[in-house]
Amino acid sequence: MGYPHRPHPRETPVLSAHFGDPDARSLTGWRTRGGYVALERALGQTPGAIVDEVKASGLRGRGGAGFPTGIKWSFMRPGDGKPHYLCCNADESEPGTFKDREIMRWTPHALVEGVAIGAYAIGATTAYIYIRGEFTEPLQRVETAVREAYAAGILGADAMGSGHRIDVHVHRGAGAYICGEETALMNSIEGKRGNPRIKPPFPAVAGLFGQPTTINNVESLAAVPHILTRGAAWYQSLQLSNPKSVGTKLFSVCGNVARPGNYEMVLGFPFGEFLEDVVGGAPTGRKIKAVIPGGSSVPMLTRDEAMGAVMDYEGMIAAGTMLGSGGVIVFDDSQSIPRMVARLARFYAHESCAQCSQCREGTAWTTRILERICAGEGTYADLDTLLDIADNMTGKTICVLSDSCAAPVVSGLQKFRHEFEALIPKKQNTVAVAAD
Amino acid sequence: MTTPPMVSLTIEGRPVAVPAGTSILEAAKQVGVLIPHYCYHPALPVAGVCRMCLVEVEKAPKLAPACATAVAEGQVVHVHTDATHKAREGVLEFLLINHPLDCPICDQAGECELQDYTFQEGRATSRYEEPKRFNPMEDFGGDVLYVPNRCILCTRCVRFMDDVAQDPVLNVSERGDRALIGKAPDHDLTHPWAANVVDLCPVGALLSKDFLNKARAWELDRTASVCPNCSQGCNTIVETRDNVVVRLRPRANEAVNQHFLCDAGRADYRWMNRTDRIVHPLIKVGAEHREAGWEVAMATLASAVRTRPVHVVASAHSSNETLFLLRALIAIAGGRGVFTVRSEGVEEPLPGVPDLARRTERAPNARGAELLGFTRTADPLREVQDGDVVLVVDDALEGIDLAPLARADAVVFAGTVIAPALAQRAVIAIPLTNVVEEEGTFTNLRGRVQRYLQAKTPPALARPGWFVFAELLRRLGAPTPGFVPADIFQALAAQVPPFEGLSYDQLGLQGALVRAEVGV
Repeated sequence: MGYPHRPHPRETPVLSAHFGDPDARSLTGWRTRGGYVALERALGQTPGAIVDEVKASGLRGRGGAGFPTGIKWSFMRPGDGKPHYLCCNADESEPGTFKDREIMRWTPHALVEGVAIGAYAIGATTAYIYIRGEFTEPLQRVETAVREAYAAGILGADAMGSGHRIDVHVHRGAGAYICGEETALMNSIEGKRGNPRIKPPFPAVAGLFGQPTTINNVESLAAVPHILTRGAAWYQSLQLSNPKSVGTKLFSVCGNVARPGNYEMVLGFPFGEFLEDVVGGAPTGRKIKAVIPGGSSVPMLTRDEAMGAVMDYEGMIAAGTMLGSGGVIVFDDSQSIPRMVARLARFYAHESCAQCSQCREGTAWTTRILERICAGEGTYADLDTLLDIADNMTGKTICVLSDSCAAPVVSGLQKFRHEFEALIPKKQNTVAVAAD
Repeated sequence: MTTPPMVSLTIEGRPVAVPAGTSILEAAKQVGVLIPHYCYHPALPVAGVCRMCLVEVEKAPKLAPACATAVAEGQVVHVHTDATHKAREGVLEFLLINHPLDCPICDQAGECELQDYTFQEGRATSRYEEPKRFNPMEDFGGDVLYVPNRCILCTRCVRFMDDVAQDPVLNVSERGDRALIGKAPDHDLTHPWAANVVDLCPVGALLSKDFLNKARAWELDRTASVCPNCSQGCNTIVETRDNVVVRLRPRANEAVNQHFLCDAGRADYRWMNRTDRIVHPLIKVGAEHREAGWEVAMATLASAVRTRPVHVVASAHSSNETLFLLRALIAIAGGRGVFTVRSEGVEEPLPGVPDLARRTERAPNARGAELLGFTRTADPLREVQDGDVVLVVDDALEGIDLAPLARADAVVFAGTVIAPALAQRAVIAIPLTNVVEEEGTFTNLRGRVQRYLQAKTPPALARPGWFVFAELLRRLGAPTPGFVPADIFQALAAQVPPFEGLSYDQLGLQGALVRAEVGV
């Protein structure tokens, strides 16, 4: 549903079917809408059968990387004698992304159910939901849902009478973007500074508290009950373009569009039609100039590129960007790309965890140069320096925050260089002409 | 214990085989390839944050941090390629943008890894035109000053305090380029081993207050030595400027002190520069001492001990070589050898390193003295017999009742500083060198025999103990093992069973265990 607007006919509401419906928030409300049927059924199956079902569905991680969820779960080896953990990444901080927030606000039990199924499937008795510090309302909704689920015996030592223990802890972050990086998130849960860890070891080998851990995005886990209820084949059938990109995905649309909000689309939907028809295009009298399709960390697209792109993992890669988190940021022709890039760089400079030299210094340096250019004090050499700094910041650090800062700089300069050049004073040129 | 399988790989075209689990950086060291790095330190947990050690591994999609990447069979690693040079040049530029170019007033200049690598591989000019970040200098307590502007956030100091000292008072505060090393409120770097963070710091961000502005790194002469301040026997580097000791630093020895030296040990060097000591042989004429030349002094000494048994008050600060010759003297002249060891305080361990502590036994060679047959006692003069010659070697006999000296025929002192009460009774005073003015060996509390080298020239006529007593033996007509410490040690190893099989060559600069400890 195009929450907060009425659903658009071309949407396919699965996760968002109950957005805007306050009655869906409570346990009884959720049960009357089909809730916890999937969990009850799952607890009667073997964990392996659930993993196979999710594998067969083709569900891919909705946090940004798009790694197949079932395969990720299958990395958790049963019977290895170690405690397993499930972490739900609800630290949604990617600029332009606000889909998990709505899942937690309107259907917190969908998440709790998905978390419980996921924990059971990977052999974990303990799961953590790590919620971004600023998400006060979602935190309250999820905490209430967890409390209700414990009171009803859905969670706890004997989850739904199955004899299996499933404990869910809600952990509130302190508002650091980097804590959405999976290993930083684990450090944060452990009470340490939220610094990303070097991989390997990967979380499935040594994650939370050094034990095998799976970490999934809110949207991925919330989709699991639907897959188990309606079947992998149904989920597989939700595809429009590429058989590797199936199911529905929430797209958070913000910026210069007529109807910003969350839209649930079947993957493979044409991006051009989405922008012009579903979200209503640019405000009246304006024209879309650029689009960031998957949260601020992915390269931006020009209008033409965006109009021809396809909304799935492969389609966005073909367009030179990534599907990412599905945070669609739209800029119309009233916006300045250099100012927008400078604003994004400032965000990354503020949020860098300060471990890696390239990121700590590079994000801040990039920001200072961009802000100087925006203040009309840039030079042409600055533009080359920016690209070289971006190159030095890409692919060389522990996590991808550094790359994420470089991406909009590079794509902005590649695609809108004239806007940057327009901000550079022409004084030197004028002097040269006059002397001639 | 199972040994890990060996892994073969190629680094910079050189084949190398190392145990599985070894990092590329450590494997490269074994074939003489230095991969530039800042945050990595062999004694600390791997952080992998400076990103300086990025290398190219064939078939890998990205550059790999050599410190955090384990070797793999058949791996082909390149340290010097266009991509790695660009990456390192990039890191150096990032580290330098906010780094003040205050090398001319920085204590680290000359021994600074940021300087060295920038000189090797950095950009000649800066592209940074913005204002530099500024944070004021901070006193971290103990011997440590923090200059945040120079800090490259390698976190070696934080990891040392967390994991090795296990006194986690340091942290990384703030984020992004505002980040700096922070200190827990109301805590200082007062851990007994905290000053090691100054050595660990690859740049001039952590400075020693004691060494502040004392010398430029290139003015220093460096000599391998052994800390004489307790029985642990930490390996050290004695740094002198113009024949004056200005700093003691740890020298790596995995078997003794890894890379560390305690704060008390490194601070206790001023006595090595003392000038209020005997620097000429002194002979008592009437009520006063007169300076004499070595010929007269040695002749007098030889005649004093020729016909009488000796009561040797030896010192746990003397070398094995000196003690061995004193033992030989006792064998000829008859008598006995005793020594005392000052013991105080409590052991101050460095928790992250096994069996490393500042010991309560505040002398370097008590174990050697025992192995060489000297008796440990609290009252070194109790057994003085009528008619003995009492030979006091490098012991000031502080707090000891000197009354038994009245029983002796003669009292002879050999050492550096003579206490007034003892001076009154000594007929001869022989000037000896101190530990940094001579060569020799000590045996630490675990039975490790370790060499120390001469770091400065001795004052005036002072001579090493082993030289003086070799000459004495010669004058007494006894066979002398020679006048160089290696030869004396060879004789020692041949005659004293615990030392059998050892030699200076074998000791090298890492030492070796005496037989009792090897379990032969």
